[in-house]
Amino acid sequence: MALVLTEEQSMLRDSARGLISDKAPVAHLRHLRDSKDPTGFSKEFWHSFAEMGFAGLLVPEEFGGSGLGHVEAGVVMEEIGRTLMPSPFLATSVVAASALNRGGNAAQKSEYLPKISNGSLLAALAIDEGAKHRPLQTSLQAVRAGNGFKLSGAKALVVDGHVADLLIVAARTAGSAGEREGLTLFLVNSKAKGVAIERTIMVDAHNAARIALANVEVDADSVLGEVDQGAGLLDGVLDIGRGAVASEMVGLSEEVFNRTVEYLKSRKQFGKLIGEFQALQHRAAELYVDIEITRAAVMKALQALDTDVAKAASAVAVAKARAGTTATRAVQEGVQMHGGMGMTDQFDIGFFMKRARVCEELFGDANYHTEQLARARGY
Amino acid sequence: MTDSSASDTETADLETFRSETRAWLEANCPPEMRKPATSDADVFWGGRNAKFSSEPQRIWFERMRDKGWTVPDWPKEYGGGGLSAAEHKVLRTEMGRIGARPPLSSFGIWMLGPALLKYGNEAQKQEHLPKIAAGLIRWCQGYSEPNAGSDLASLQTRAESDGDDFVITGSKIWTSYANYADWIFCLVRTDPAAKKHDGISFILFDMASKGVTTKPILLISGYSPFCETFFDNVRVPKSHVVGTVNRGWDVAKYLLQHERAMISGMGERGVGRPLGQIAADSVGTDGLGRLDDSMLRGRIASFDVDEAALAACAERAVDLAKAGQAHPAFSSAMKYYGTELNKRRYEILMSAGGVDALEWESERSKQGARPRAWLRTKANSIEGGTTEVMLGIVAKRILDLPGA
Repeated sequence: MALVLTEEQSMLRDSARGLISDKAPVAHLRHLRDSKDPTGFSKEFWHSFAEMGFAGLLVPEEFGGSGLGHVEAGVVMEEIGRTLMPSPFLATSVVAASALNRGGNAAQKSEYLPKISNGSLLAALAIDEGAKHRPLQTSLQAVRAGNGFKLSGAKALVVDGHVADLLIVAARTAGSAGEREGLTLFLVNSKAKGVAIERTIMVDAHNAARIALANVEVDADSVLGEVDQGAGLLDGVLDIGRGAVASEMVGLSEEVFNRTVEYLKSRKQFGKLIGEFQALQHRAAELYVDIEITRAAVMKALQALDTDVAKAASAVAVAKARAGTTATRAVQEGVQMHGGMGMTDQFDIGFFMKRARVCEELFGDANYHTEQLARARGY
Repeated sequence: MTDSSASDTETADLETFRSETRAWLEANCPPEMRKPATSDADVFWGGRNAKFSSEPQRIWFERMRDKGWTVPDWPKEYGGGGLSAAEHKVLRTEMGRIGARPPLSSFGIWMLGPALLKYGNEAQKQEHLPKIAAGLIRWCQGYSEPNAGSDLASLQTRAESDGDDFVITGSKIWTSYANYADWIFCLVRTDPAAKKHDGISFILFDMASKGVTTKPILLISGYSPFCETFFDNVRVPKSHVVGTVNRGWDVAKYLLQHERAMISGMGERGVGRPLGQIAADSVGTDGLGRLDDSMLRGRIASFDVDEAALAACAERAVDLAKAGQAHPAFSSAMKYYGTELNKRRYEILMSAGGVDALEWESERSKQGARPRAWLRTKANSIEGGTTEVMLGIVAKRILDLPGA
């Protein structure tokens, strides 16, 4: 597989870019933030997204989706990254759709996937509990009760948790925190008794929630995949999410970089364009190379996911680790090279810095993924 | 897609090529040639005075030469394998799979050949390319001068017109293996009055010509891979100029792109044991079986992330070139990153080796192979254009930053 976009993928990118840059530039995020919009994204725009076939992009055609792959999902995520558009695409169309499609039984798929495709159902994965992403540390308890289970515990950084109709909750049905065995995924109605949702306004003005479950009753049909054997399913779903977030970070990095280079070509000091100074030229060149290398690593990971999700772990670890360090560098250099202007809220560049910080934590930061690679290589 | 059946056929043909290539390599690559080269003797450079260091080296070279696979993507008429870019990629992948060494290393293959294919006339191609492919002539590169390093175009070696000949006088420095080379491709000033980039010609001549002398330079590694090369009224026919007289800078730049691509790929990426395991052998492991130096372990893991990402980028660069979407200056980006990464690799190897990596003269240390290789890598970010020159090229030619 060549590491370049196919003609179809380029067309998809162009149409996503056209739609997003037109309807949801950075000003869109700024407006949602400043107006304290209770939803935190544009429902109207989400419906246009669904009509374009984007909401069900990864959903098989038999369930009303487009049946496309992870490279295509990455293409859309990258465009989202360029304008920082808050969108249910990541949580619902990438992560939840993959969880249902990969782990769901026939009934679960036919109940939920068509609704994801037509944009009428929003879903969220509830995984993290502590300050850092540690899937195996899951300790939210699910104990057997009658025909089903009772869930108790708390989750943090649940992306779109405040608007989700359906929660996919990682819980422990056996073993203790740190163990692979004993994890189970549950489908939980967000309106169920005992579910308490607190929207968390975060640094990036995107959407997430803390969720507490107190003896929430679910029946046996709401288990996604196998009881106690959820780790394998979760690995794949998280890797798909990581590939998507890495793509968002590539888009974000490149946009910040383009804006910074334009600034170097227009800002004058000491009677010169500041882009003439070698100190800045070399830093810009290094950053360009970093972004190009990261772009290739991310594309490699997305292709690996398309080939076989179960064998993509190392490629995904490389991609998410690189995307984290590259985006961090891009936004830091972006703010620094914009000087005082970069520190103002009026200027967009700070929005990119804030979003990059959240993307870095989401589904594991660069340290986490670098560590995963070291373990995979046996040292 | 309208051409899906055509591309399906193409894919099927490529898969046939892959299985045939795999079978041929299995049958023909001697086991001794499936390990990374660890010393100079493991590399076969060809040339008039070439000697094989082992029988497997000879067999492997001759079998590959007979298929045209010393230069797989050159046209068959010039001794190449005539492979398409996609087939060449398959061959590289399959050779990498079994760890096969390149059968022939040569500046003729990496640098002069591509330049001749683009700028040489038919007679020059017929004369030189088959001899490069067959390993008969070993070439060296006469570019840098004592006062023309990063500022290469300020070179002063003079070529004065005298009838059908040029008469060349001057000196070059950092000429790799000039003392072993049969011929040189050389930049000379043919018009001293013109602006510095406009009076340069690219010329070929025999190192056995009267007036050529070489003097090896002892480096910090204790090796002498480079020479000073002196020309004292060396007479060269004008027909040996490649491209147009006074337009040699175009040829030089084109060749430098290939040189940079070659240097960026010099690290032993993905070959042999993972760095972390090499380190664990000497440093030891903790109770969890992890490298017992957490800071070093972190450095290695970060290195591995960057190395894997660079490998993807190198693959993408080839695919972009194939798709006609490559930026011509991108080899400078790869050269900068690849060489800095290779320096990191050797800093890690030295750190991992500890005391054992300090030994300079002993059988145990293979005559200090590791510290000498470590010191050698320091040249990677200088030769073929320094890191600073590469970043300048990226800034100006790719990012279009102003001035200076």
